[in-house]
Amino acid sequence: MTTLSTDQFHGHEIQTHAGPGHTSRMYCTIAFAKREFFDALSSRWFLLYTVAFSVLSIGVSYMSLAGSGSQGFAGFGRTTAGLLNLIMLVVPLMALIAGAGSIAGERERGTLLYLLAQPITRTELLIGKYIGLGIAICCSMGIGFGLSAAVLAFNAGGVGLGSFSMLIVFTCMLALAMLSLGMLLSVLSRRSGIATGLGLFSWLTLVFLSDLGLMAGTVLFKLRVQEVFAIAIINPLQAFKMGVIVNMNASLDVLGPVGSYASRTFGDSLSWILALTLVGWIVFPLGLALILFCKRGGI
Amino acid sequence: MIHAKQVVKKFGSMRAVDDVSFELGASESLALWGSNGAGKTTLIRCLLGIFPFAGQATINGHDAQQSGKLARALVGYVPQELSFHDDARLGRSIQFFAKLRGKRKTDATRVLEMVDLQGHESKRVRDLSGGMKQRLALAIALIADPPVIMLDEPTSNLDASGRQEVVDTLSRLRETGKTLLFASHRPDEVHTLASRVLVLERGKLVRDVTPKELWPTHRSLQTIRLHTNEDNDDQAASVLRQAGLTVNLNGHGLCVSVPHNRKGEPMTLLAQASIGVRDFEILEELKPIESHDFADCPIDTLATSNQSHGDQP
Repeated sequence: MTTLSTDQFHGHEIQTHAGPGHTSRMYCTIAFAKREFFDALSSRWFLLYTVAFSVLSIGVSYMSLAGSGSQGFAGFGRTTAGLLNLIMLVVPLMALIAGAGSIAGERERGTLLYLLAQPITRTELLIGKYIGLGIAICCSMGIGFGLSAAVLAFNAGGVGLGSFSMLIVFTCMLALAMLSLGMLLSVLSRRSGIATGLGLFSWLTLVFLSDLGLMAGTVLFKLRVQEVFAIAIINPLQAFKMGVIVNMNASLDVLGPVGSYASRTFGDSLSWILALTLVGWIVFPLGLALILFCKRGGI
Repeated sequence: MIHAKQVVKKFGSMRAVDDVSFELGASESLALWGSNGAGKTTLIRCLLGIFPFAGQATINGHDAQQSGKLARALVGYVPQELSFHDDARLGRSIQFFAKLRGKRKTDATRVLEMVDLQGHESKRVRDLSGGMKQRLALAIALIADPPVIMLDEPTSNLDASGRQEVVDTLSRLRETGKTLLFASHRPDEVHTLASRVLVLERGKLVRDVTPKELWPTHRSLQTIRLHTNEDNDDQAASVLRQAGLTVNLNGHGLCVSVPHNRKGEPMTLLAQASIGVRDFEILEELKPIESHDFADCPIDTLATSNQSHGDQP
């Protein structure tokens, strides 16, 4: 539409029929991502998680060095193993809570309505928020990993750097997968409190209950080893754990018969299978969240 | 500019907007008038494509549901509840909305000057007064200089001077040729700003008139809310309308406007029709239009007129 006429308003020129004033899909998505990223940087939860993760990472690094006589043999490898359990507890919690608060929080504050009244699509809003939060969480962990790596590099050189790098990659994938799940819960919930509660329940289920359930199921139903493996890697935390161990060039025998079966059956492609499992956990919950958010309409 | 055809929005079994059709030309100014629950806010949200609905609504030819982004690009929206991110600073907040509309930082600065908010950029949104938040919402609505401005009870949270400021601002916008569509409870605003009024009642469009037709009398009017026995509101409304009174229904009683010295008339009419009144409240007085003295007369009620109800669309 073209400008038809102009007038004065408080001494400013007003176009009575201005251009449409809408922007490209990518531009809006980036605008949301940037806002979400900077909002996260200035929020208390981001600071808290970053400090906690950094302190724990450095602590694990020092302890792993102490365990190897401070001589640095396999310093990164030991730290990777030490960080594994810490990551499995902290990262899903952080990402699930961040995702759960995203849409439900906007909805509860009433800001979602206002955002949807702007020339944007729901896809742009959701994807923009996801990207912004994802980058913020990865940066938060990156600080922890960076400090940990600095401690190790200073004391132990670069031994095991490859496995440590793969730990970072898998951790980012785990964080993005949990963020997807959190956003799905957020889309489904009317209130951020409910979404957060569901997020905490999901965390508890994935971290603790699924292992117990798998053990119980194996005994009760006399599952075969391949069935146990298939069920185990459905849990993104198990996929993450196996993926990191495989990339440490360690044998999955430490995980018992299931690990041996996986190593023997899938060989070198196991790492890719586990990575794809995590990618699936990124894509499917986010896709479902997107479909529900767009199709249901309303606020 | 705006075309609504048989718009229906249901929440469960409740029809919040019920088969509403109207057209609004460029540079026209339209008020949505009705009680709480009449469907004004829902209709605005449908027009913006925020709510899915049955029927069709277009803004300058862009379908609100199929091409919502394009339709909304033509609209600046000021909501009833001002919801911003409270922790954000005013400057960053408006720059974000400028970005969403493909505008530059200089546009944000310009529009802040227009609404007298320059110099407050570093303030957090939560520290702004209600009037300043209202002006911020207006600034965001104007940032891309859209041809249509939609406002949902823009003065409901403001004091008298704040209301006057907003009404003056909107008057100037109207003079510049903007198309205005706003929901209001206040006859002074409607009279000052609107060229047409759509009267909504329980989601239905019951009248499409000018403000002068809605308030033709120069005498003071009194608004009375009646609660009938056995909640026989529909039949009561029909009786009162046949007697030439304008009645407004919203599920919380039946509001009638009468000259202040004839407050008993509705009850007499209902008694003659064997409809009992179990309770009544006298609401605010509407002053004559000529005095333009509505400013401190907030009503949550109705269109008042001594016209018959025979001009329903």
